[in-house]
Amino acid sequence: MSRAEDRARAANARTGWLLSAPALAILTVAAAGPLLIVLVYSFLTPGRYGNVVWDVSLDGWIGVLFTRDIFDGTLRLAEAHLAIFWRSVWLSLMTTAITFLVGFPTAWFIATRPADRRAVWLFLITIPFWTNLLIRTFAINEVIRNDGILNSLLIGAGLIQAPIRILYTDTAVLIGMAYVYLPLMVLPLYAAIDRFDMRLLEAGYDLYAGRLGVLRRVILPLVRPGIVAGSILVFVPSLGAYVTPRVLGGGKNMMIGNFIELQFGQGRNWPLGAALSILLLAIVMAALLVYVRATTDRGRDHG
Amino acid sequence: MTDVAVEVQGAVKAFGQGGAALRALDGVSVAIRKGEFFTLLGPSGCGKTTLLRLIAGFETPTEGRILLDGQDITDLPPNRRPVNTVFQSYALFPHLTVAQNVAFGLEMLGRPRAEVAARTERMIALVRLEALAGRRIAQMSGGQQQRVALARALAPQPKVLLLDEPLSALDLKLRKEMQIELKRLQHETGITFVFVTHDQEEALTMSDRIAVMAAGGIRQIGAPREIYTRPADRFVAGFIGESNFLPATIEGGRATLAAGVTVEVEDAGPRAGAVTLAVRPEQVRVVPADEPGALAASVRDLVYFGTDTNCHLTLPDGTEVVARIQSRPSGEPGLAPGDRVGLRLAPGAARILAD
Repeated sequence: MSRAEDRARAANARTGWLLSAPALAILTVAAAGPLLIVLVYSFLTPGRYGNVVWDVSLDGWIGVLFTRDIFDGTLRLAEAHLAIFWRSVWLSLMTTAITFLVGFPTAWFIATRPADRRAVWLFLITIPFWTNLLIRTFAINEVIRNDGILNSLLIGAGLIQAPIRILYTDTAVLIGMAYVYLPLMVLPLYAAIDRFDMRLLEAGYDLYAGRLGVLRRVILPLVRPGIVAGSILVFVPSLGAYVTPRVLGGGKNMMIGNFIELQFGQGRNWPLGAALSILLLAIVMAALLVYVRATTDRGRDHG
Repeated sequence: MTDVAVEVQGAVKAFGQGGAALRALDGVSVAIRKGEFFTLLGPSGCGKTTLLRLIAGFETPTEGRILLDGQDITDLPPNRRPVNTVFQSYALFPHLTVAQNVAFGLEMLGRPRAEVAARTERMIALVRLEALAGRRIAQMSGGQQQRVALARALAPQPKVLLLDEPLSALDLKLRKEMQIELKRLQHETGITFVFVTHDQEEALTMSDRIAVMAAGGIRQIGAPREIYTRPADRFVAGFIGESNFLPATIEGGRATLAAGVTVEVEDAGPRAGAVTLAVRPEQVRVVPADEPGALAASVRDLVYFGTDTNCHLTLPDGTEVVARIQSRPSGEPGLAPGDRVGLRLAPGAARILAD
């Protein structure tokens, strides 16, 4: 390599660093820094009125799964915590499934409209997104509570005598989350279906596949990146959801988000809250890893 | 009628409703024989692809019936018709390998695994892609994709193979190769091929029979030689190859051209009066201007294209005539625009057209 090339290369590297410096600075201060603080706090001892005392302790992490008996100090598995984790994962998976089942036909419908009308349909799908999350959640509350719209209609129509109790159940949380996160499923699915070559449908039918065969063997494999992206986009915020389970689930049907908030509020156990936050982050990272794997799968086969 | 593979009876296909409906097919009837290479030829918008899609089952006829081996399949969906299609865009499955694409139809038919594997391998060998069986579609060239599409459509052993302008995306050289390849495949498999094209040369070189279509109807059905030498009407004469159209008067089996020269016509019959004669450019001879019995003409333009030179001539009454003369070894035409020459028509070259 010539000297001129060397110099050009060095100059390129220098300007590259300079240009990325602001981004790196923000990432350090705004992302890595706070995360590091959270990680450190999870290994400290809770203070009497919140905050932390600088004594290194594993109690925060132990508290994730166990409770210490106040009398003899023995550890017992904290079933209440496990129930919260399980509910969080289960409700998030169910939310993902529901948004997919509703979102896939919706996205297909939009993608198969004439090109000039698709924008309108997409706009309609995203309208709720421009509204405050709290307001949307209270709107659902208004629909499903005992004397709300749904029960009034059903009773008015004579279909039921007593109101169905939905509010403050897991079902209510599920309905709320599915409603709130539906656009996050529809948009990536739409993008994937929009790229799908509709002529392949005819090829599938021509080669003796029925409707189900075409769906299973042609459509789903080809829109898989959209399915995975939509599922991650719904699953991750569902898992950390705070407002929806708080408003629609009542105090009892907690999810991880509420549980973390409890530790930093009334619980005054910041290390436990920090440990739970890190755990949540780990689960989300695992989910993202699945996503990266699933989407690069095809690229690998090209090699 | 056991030798008929596909029979279309009075097929009408209208798109849209009521008065605004567009009649893509307007009462088409055709019988395609078993094992033949049958071509639907016509300009774009003539309804040839619609007819193919009707046979495939992607469209339902507004009126009329479609029979396959004598059985009415008009109401069968495409996945229940023993007919396969090679699409213009190939429509190969991008998420599958070559072998998986070829196996798709057999798998959907629920054939045993061993049979699927064996037949897939044989089909890939038939189109000479053995080395690429594990490749993805995106890694293949246009010509290779074409072969995969053929193997995929032939694998389930359809009774009829439909080909929708399959060669139009290939460059000239590859297209010539694939023409030969297609004929070989048809010969080896014995399957009836229904081939759609707008390329008359392709139709002439490959087909056993051709149906020339225009404006939603069939104008003429016949062997390539028959269609070229005896076009049924002015459209066919103009669409298949080139034709000179000369106004003439028929009397007593002889035609008198407007310029006053008489020529022999074969099929004049008892007809008399004004007609149009069609003469192929290669049947027009350019002779010295003073040759007796020749039509006087002047050279307007010369268009050289390798093997031949098209000589555009003007008759005294203004009629344009094209004569195709074989190029000389030197490449020089021996004529120049403005030259006065004589014209002669080869014996039997003039055909009377039914307008």
